[in-house]
Amino acid sequence: MSSIPLNVNGKSYTVDADPQTILLSVLREQLDLTGSKYGCGEGQCGACTVLIDGKAQRSCVTKVGTLSQKQVTTIEGLASGDQLHPVQEAFLEAEAMQCGYCTSGMVMSAVALLQRNPTPKESEIVAFMDGNVCRCGAYPRIVGAIQKAAKVATTTAASAGKGAGR
Amino acid sequence: MSGNTHTQIPLEPERYELAAGAPYHFDLDRREFFKFLGAGVLVVSVLKSAVVAQESGGIQQRRDLPREIDAWLHIGENGKVTVYTGKVEMGQNIRTSLSQAVGEELHVPIEKIEMVMGDTQLTPFDMGTFGSRTTPTMNLQLRKVAAAAREMLIGRAAAQWQTDPQKLVAADGKVIDAKNNRSVEYATLLKGQQLTQTITAETPLIPATNWKVAGQSALKVDGRNFVTGRHRYPSDQNLPNMLYGKVSRPTSFNATLISVDTNKADEMGATVVRDGNFVGVAAASSELAAAAVAAIRAEWKSEPQLSNKELFDYLRKNTVEGKDPTGDGDRYEVGSVDQAMNAVDHRLHQTYTVAYIAHTPLEPRAALAKWDGDNLTVWTGTQRPFGVRGQLAEAFRIPEDHVRVLMPDTGSGYGGKHTGETAIEAARLSRAAKRPVKVTWTREEEFTWAYFRPAGVIDVTSGVRSDGTITAWEFHNYNSGSAGIRTYYEIPNQRIIFHATNSPLRQGSYRALAATANHFARESHMDEAAHTVKMDPLEFRLKNLKDQRLRAVFEAAAKQFGWGKSRNAGQGFGMGGGYEKLGNIATFAEINVDRKSGEVKVVRVVSAFECGAIVNPDNLRNQIEGSNIQGLGGALFEAIEFDNGKILNGRMSEYRVPRFSDVPALETVLLDRKDLPSAGAGECPMVGMAPAIANAIFDATGTRLRSLPLVPNGLKTS
Repeated sequence: MSSIPLNVNGKSYTVDADPQTILLSVLREQLDLTGSKYGCGEGQCGACTVLIDGKAQRSCVTKVGTLSQKQVTTIEGLASGDQLHPVQEAFLEAEAMQCGYCTSGMVMSAVALLQRNPTPKESEIVAFMDGNVCRCGAYPRIVGAIQKAAKVATTTAASAGKGAGR
Repeated sequence: MSGNTHTQIPLEPERYELAAGAPYHFDLDRREFFKFLGAGVLVVSVLKSAVVAQESGGIQQRRDLPREIDAWLHIGENGKVTVYTGKVEMGQNIRTSLSQAVGEELHVPIEKIEMVMGDTQLTPFDMGTFGSRTTPTMNLQLRKVAAAAREMLIGRAAAQWQTDPQKLVAADGKVIDAKNNRSVEYATLLKGQQLTQTITAETPLIPATNWKVAGQSALKVDGRNFVTGRHRYPSDQNLPNMLYGKVSRPTSFNATLISVDTNKADEMGATVVRDGNFVGVAAASSELAAAAVAAIRAEWKSEPQLSNKELFDYLRKNTVEGKDPTGDGDRYEVGSVDQAMNAVDHRLHQTYTVAYIAHTPLEPRAALAKWDGDNLTVWTGTQRPFGVRGQLAEAFRIPEDHVRVLMPDTGSGYGGKHTGETAIEAARLSRAAKRPVKVTWTREEEFTWAYFRPAGVIDVTSGVRSDGTITAWEFHNYNSGSAGIRTYYEIPNQRIIFHATNSPLRQGSYRALAATANHFARESHMDEAAHTVKMDPLEFRLKNLKDQRLRAVFEAAAKQFGWGKSRNAGQGFGMGGGYEKLGNIATFAEINVDRKSGEVKVVRVVSAFECGAIVNPDNLRNQIEGSNIQGLGGALFEAIEFDNGKILNGRMSEYRVPRFSDVPALETVLLDRKDLPSAGAGECPMVGMAPAIANAIFDATGTRLRSLPLVPNGLKTS
């Protein structure tokens, strides 16, 4: 056991854990951030996806000892107050879920995708998201939600740009 | 046959879902209710058999409520509406659709309705959430309950205003007297009251043609909790001082514990329990619990067991004839099959098989248990909270009323969560540790120690005249089940038999049950028979099909699909469809075969579905899309491999489930029959997928595949 500094959703924590402990367990058991889900324990289903320095990572295979200098963002840290992230909003509007267990991981992966590629083609969405499993089969709606969020983000960016130029 | 209904085909009971015990009878003091619920009105829905005895209806003056209740609704003196049902939510979205039913009849916005579901202490007994029963039964019951409440409130307002109730209407949580320009809130009418009411058979319901809330798409009522990670699934439940439990598993199925050394686990500070074949630990973190279990040295003994390579031969040879738990559901005979078979122009005999597959709910089984003296409370993901309560009472030899099971909305089930394994494990460990214990299965445990969709062998023999009329039909299903076993095609001579078998693996219900296997065999065979008599497969089906509802979905899907269009090399078109769980489905698939790699890609799927009056169109589409995608996995590549009591591919990296890249373009045609009662949609839509794909592969390549999964390793072209 050692004291490990951890930055999650903009907050600094010190957790008592073996550096080999997986991040998912620390989030769920020590920080009570249960939005990230266990699905397979081998990085195959994406239910545990979080952002580490903005990149989508599987927290079930990420060792907590590797994160001392990094920013971790979980589903709980995505909205600002009552204002949902556009991806969350799009998932809601597209009803892009059934049981919702995969939703946290889907949303986090989608956020990472749109940060890297704000206007992905459908084939790019499929390729990027292929590591996330939705056993209920809401895939077409999830693709639709990501396209919707991309549209909203680009429109917002465009109008913000116009506003600044005026 | 009336031509419009399926009167000829009763729903086959599914033996794998019949484990539920006798219904528990509530015996409740109404004063107890109001102590708990607060003042207001309580409306109860009584099971049909009990309605007759309770026919007096109206306001109940008696002290006790009727015993056979299946749902109730409470409107508080603050106007808050709470509905109590034993049904559970696991992604079918019934929390929303049942709210719509209540909102429609009660004239209250759905966001003002709270649904309390699957809590054995608060909700009436319910056998379980399976068999697509929620919409045809609970939805209807709740509409009746809400309608009774509405009528009662109108009656109270009429009495207060001394006017005719016929002149009043209900809207938006109020009773309105439009003529005299006055209105009163439900809350006002209920201030300080403690009223109870039982619904009667005559409670008038709003016809589907006039629906305003039901019949519309409504977003998931608590959707925001799911996109923010706030919703707490069973595996997310926590209590102060909680420990994490883990069970030491046998090295193979049917193993006996010979010896065990738990010293190291004890030294690590874990609570260790050995009780018969059960060896488990509870510790302060899941990591420590896993380490403690890993440190246990256990020796298990088992006999040699079957491998999946010998499975189908085994199933055929190991039937348990006459041991059907459902009684006489084994055999259906009409006409004289043997005689008719001898008189046909073409006789076709084929065998079809289906593998064991795993539900793979993304949330594995999980339970949190806590004891207070002899009273046990368990939060767990199950489709049968009352069934799990019974299992717990039995396991711990305590009365059922000492056990409370709660089911937080769960990370899916698909028929795979009827049992209470984690509930029992967590409760056993909690009793020893004297602290709350949570057990969450790993994916490997879920793959190994849950249960599977039954594997099966199906022999079909058909006799067809050269003009395309089927005159004889013989169908034998070994082990996979009897749901959907009967044929909806008009055939004068039939022999249909289900043969129960001693399954080598633990098996149970799975979304659509055996209807997937039986439709795969039947609809593949129909295609083969059509080709034998050189008829178009659609024309052949319609020639032998009188049922109007089923014809309608085949015709609608064919039209949308563009059946009859020409195809390119490697492209194939196929169909499958049928009737199951009161719904009608026709599925048309377009596939593409890469001749070089053997890869089969499902490119486009058109489904036409009809389940009576539609309650929530968008959610219905969502369910049909999901059914198709889940069905695609079992059709193309899902199969459990096993040998000598071990699962060989029990990990997500080894057991392939459908992913984004597997998904075809999905087009869904909904036929809304507002004149017919609403039926469920979670299961039926998936049964057309496997035969549609198999038939399309034949269309593309001339290769007839008769085993599910069809192409786990691609199509071998020789």
